[in-house]
Amino acid sequence: MAVAAQVLRSEWTKVRSVRSTVWTLGVAVLVTVGLGALISKLAGDDYDKLSVREKFTFDPTFISFAGMGLGQLALIVFGVLVIANEYSTGMIRTSLAAVPQRGVFLFSKITVATLLALVIGMATSFLTFFLGQAMLGDHRAYLGDPGVLRAVIGGGLYMALITMFSMGVAAMLRSPMLSLGILMPFFFLISNILQGVSATRKVAHYLPDKAGQKVMQVIPGTDETPYGPWGGLGIMVLWVVAALLGGYAVLKRRDA
Amino acid sequence: MIELEGLTKRYGDKLAVDGLTCTVRPGMVTGFLGPNGAGKSTTMRMMLDLDNPTSGTVRIDGRHYRQLHNPLRTVGALLDAKAIHGGRSAYNHLLCLAQSNGIDAVRVREVLDVVGLTPVARKRAKGFSLGMGQRLGIAAALLGDPQILMFDEPVNGLDPEGIHWIRNLMKSLAAQGRTVFVSSHLMSEMALTAEHLIVIGQGRLLADTSMSEFIAQNSRSFVRMRSPEGERLRDVLSGAGITAVPAADGALEVHGEDAEHLGELAARHRITLHELSPQRASLEEAFMRLTAGAVEYHAHPNHQARPPEAGWGADWQKKGS
Repeated sequence: MAVAAQVLRSEWTKVRSVRSTVWTLGVAVLVTVGLGALISKLAGDDYDKLSVREKFTFDPTFISFAGMGLGQLALIVFGVLVIANEYSTGMIRTSLAAVPQRGVFLFSKITVATLLALVIGMATSFLTFFLGQAMLGDHRAYLGDPGVLRAVIGGGLYMALITMFSMGVAAMLRSPMLSLGILMPFFFLISNILQGVSATRKVAHYLPDKAGQKVMQVIPGTDETPYGPWGGLGIMVLWVVAALLGGYAVLKRRDA
Repeated sequence: MIELEGLTKRYGDKLAVDGLTCTVRPGMVTGFLGPNGAGKSTTMRMMLDLDNPTSGTVRIDGRHYRQLHNPLRTVGALLDAKAIHGGRSAYNHLLCLAQSNGIDAVRVREVLDVVGLTPVARKRAKGFSLGMGQRLGIAAALLGDPQILMFDEPVNGLDPEGIHWIRNLMKSLAAQGRTVFVSSHLMSEMALTAEHLIVIGQGRLLADTSMSEFIAQNSRSFVRMRSPEGERLRDVLSGAGITAVPAADGALEVHGEDAEHLGELAARHRITLHELSPQRASLEEAFMRLTAGAVEYHAHPNHQARPPEAGWGADWQKKGS
């Protein structure tokens, strides 16, 4: 365990000593909060124009998280760079010569980056909620309303999980360009397209982002998902576990 | 001490390292010599457990690298000076390595001082020259004050001052009783620093010998003789009990006789000489002969002066002509 404590310290030094950490996490916060506030403002202004049915499913909490779809891309970049930059720079050989226990190495790296993403994610989630609700004016939700606190905490967890998922994928692919080239279009386009087309909507329910985002919904909405908020987050956790196990298997087996 | 036993690495159907068995001992600089692509770097990566051997083992002081507790305190290695994250400062690069092995941060400043990078310690490594990167890699190797040091082509890209510095550093580390293992593809470089030589070619062990022995065996002097009457000269020489070996260009090479004696012998028989020159086979030539192909080496172990017919360098010569 002493080794793990040393390696955790070392990985913290690594993550705090590169600029990409600051700008990726910074962009994630700014985009999520900024876009969330903007969309909340617009949604609040347009509330009166909504149909009765739309008013019935109006979810002020979920609306304030509208920036997360874009903000999560910056977290994906953060997660990918934490892992894959070791490979692209060649640092991995220096790192593994210092820590030949590859399991400890990967565990420490992922732990440090996840904790950081969790702290930033939680702060972002609460910030975007409060700012969004302020923008919504009369149509706002309160933290004490049923399910709202769960949604806001879930938003922070979601941001940490999406970071973990991208770290697992990057550990499998070992290249920043390849990892981003797959993850970015997947989460920005493909997942949304699959959800938008009725034929593939059932599949989209089980994608990591779509399942995970369920936790941020307070008002269930019209599309019937076969799971609840925590069930959705659970599906996302399964994806994360699979990605991390795959990443570990690759690191364990392959030459550095 | 590093012990290699039957170390083998196969990539597809190509054997990069082929049953390498040898021991690297403490208290001296051991040169690891071979042409480019001989398998030196692959061997060194397997020593550090970065690459998995297809078969065979490496033991560091009797243990597998993975079993070492805080390995940087036992083995320091410079494999590739570019194996750093360019966005990180020299200080932070060394700090994260130190922390992972429970080494005090004070030591980071010490090694930065040793390699002369203190003035740029807070600068990002991205802007470093090749020489500065090499120094940072050496600082990382020295970080844990290890008893075993490995350097892969450490003089590559260094200026003369840097090369001089590295040579002295390696010698002083060995003089302190440490094991110093350094790879190179330049015999001349090894002749200046190494006391022991391990030579590989095409992944196979070609020689494992002390440097003085290698020099004694390989830098034998001979005399080159060229004459328009080559056949007669040969007869005269053999009549005097002297063996002459024909060189590739038609000249004769005579071992173990001095030039004066040979010149007088030719004059007595009125043989015209176009050349009579004492030669000394360079270590570089000896190395090239040794690595020209393992098969050839085993077949003609005594033909010291035979030029390589094929092997290292032969490819570009063919392309050039």
